[in-house]
Amino acid sequence: MKVEQISIFIENKSGRLAEVTQALGESNVNIRALSLADTSDFGILRLIVDKTDLAKDALKERGFTVNKTVVVAVEVPDHPAGLASILTILDTGTVNVEYMYAFVERCGGNAVIIFRFDDPEAAIDILTRNNINVLEGERVYSM
Amino acid sequence: MKPSATTVIWDRDNECMPREQLEILQLQRLQHTLELVNSHVPCYKNKFSALQISPSDVRTLDDLAKLPFTTKEDLRLNYPYGMFAVPMRDVVRIHSSSGTTGKPTVVGYTRNDLNAWTQLAARFMTAAGVTADDIVHIAFGYGLFTGAFGLHYGAEEIGASVIPISSGNTDKQIMIMQDYLSSALVCTPSYALTLADRMEKQGIDPQRLSLKVGLFGGEPWSEEMRREIEKRLGVIATDNYGLSEVMGPGVAGECQHQCGMHISEDHFIAEIIDPETGQVLPRGSVGELVLTSITKEAFPIIRYRTRDITRLDYDACACGRTHVRMMKTMGRSDDMLIIKGVNVFPTQIEEVLFQVEGCEPHYQLVVERAGTMDTLEVQVEVNERIFFDEMKKQRAFVDKLEKKLLSTLGVGARVKLVEPSSITRHEGKAKRVIDKRQA
Repeated sequence: MKVEQISIFIENKSGRLAEVTQALGESNVNIRALSLADTSDFGILRLIVDKTDLAKDALKERGFTVNKTVVVAVEVPDHPAGLASILTILDTGTVNVEYMYAFVERCGGNAVIIFRFDDPEAAIDILTRNNINVLEGERVYSM
Repeated sequence: MKPSATTVIWDRDNECMPREQLEILQLQRLQHTLELVNSHVPCYKNKFSALQISPSDVRTLDDLAKLPFTTKEDLRLNYPYGMFAVPMRDVVRIHSSSGTTGKPTVVGYTRNDLNAWTQLAARFMTAAGVTADDIVHIAFGYGLFTGAFGLHYGAEEIGASVIPISSGNTDKQIMIMQDYLSSALVCTPSYALTLADRMEKQGIDPQRLSLKVGLFGGEPWSEEMRREIEKRLGVIATDNYGLSEVMGPGVAGECQHQCGMHISEDHFIAEIIDPETGQVLPRGSVGELVLTSITKEAFPIIRYRTRDITRLDYDACACGRTHVRMMKTMGRSDDMLIIKGVNVFPTQIEEVLFQVEGCEPHYQLVVERAGTMDTLEVQVEVNERIFFDEMKKQRAFVDKLEKKLLSTLGVGARVKLVEPSSITRHEGKAKRVIDKRQA
């Protein structure tokens, strides 16, 4: 039920983002979702890709600092208050959302949101108990 | 204190000489050296006569403080051979120190000087734990720099097998360490970490090499850096000290108790002075190390200002050697940065970085002046252990570093995280400070 995400440290200077995407392209890695958090000095780029380990190795080889983390892909009804209903469920279960971002592709009629939880196991448990669909990693990488 | 039975001492008579006897020997040798330079080196003769002092005025070791200092500038003014005390026909070797500005300094050795240097190198290498059974991997550059040759002859004198690989070509160094079973590594401490990094990248476990001892010198390094080298390379990391103007490596070296470097006091007299006033400081004070050679023939040197900041410890060492121990150098009196009126040594920043878990010593200090205010920026290379996918944690790490720097230095510093390998590395010495204020 968990999805692997890679995060990359990027210094805030021109061309670095292009280098990351170029490295991935050359290794034939396809980006499925991304989010960028930044400060004036540096940024943290988070990616879901179709080949996680290959992407990580390709970036490390080019001198980037890369970490792998576990995130959760949740199906969210694509209508007003769809996301709100899910956050309410999580809120009652006392798991914290560290950050989240939207997935490019839809799953059937629903949107897909990537969540980074402080406790992914507990979050998955709460969501599934409330009949919220959590996507398998394999499914997400190939969407 | 009685030396333990297992302590191997190269030259027990001299290294364990009782202090009263040692001081008599020092005074005799000092008086002889002063006569020598007064009659053969015009620079010293002129300096002495300007102060109306003659070698015969030095009747006790305390009288040394009356003599003038010798500085790097004196050596430059007398470039190349002006400070030599013997004719060139008696000089059998020439070395030179890298000149960062202007001309390098040139030093010479007679046959006796080379023999003494070899003995002193054998002495400190034995203290570090090198024996005839060792395979000594010398990764200092062979050439005008004294590092490689000093340890080379010392190791051969001990009877060890020497691999004179010289510096550079890290991959080849690692291959030779693996295949030739190098057991003692000689290089700069920063190069030891470069080797560890490269091995890690290649998936080589340093613990499976034959390395057991490292003899590191040529640049200042911290206790934390020692622990990191010991952990990552699986060696006992020992420090040694020397400078070409005084002789080269072998002026001082650590024994296996790792509690400071024994200065070979039967060949050199050490003083600690206030770098600002030039006054000799009381025993135990931190200040600039000043060295006087008392056995050298070709290039004797009187009260040489090393610019290295350290402290001397005269307490008995567990190894049984009586020679004074100098602590790790805390920086150079000319590297000291004055930021907003506060004295800052790059090594203090290094220590903070090491204390914060997982932080490697790849950093650079950038000092700038915005209007009338000095700013200090510490650039730290990110690695997997200090990189987080959550911005909150990444910012908390930066805050922690900044707080610790402020409390240690007494002046605020901005921490900037930079990508790995973006700070220029040299296989020899690391450039740690960029001071843009002089511009």
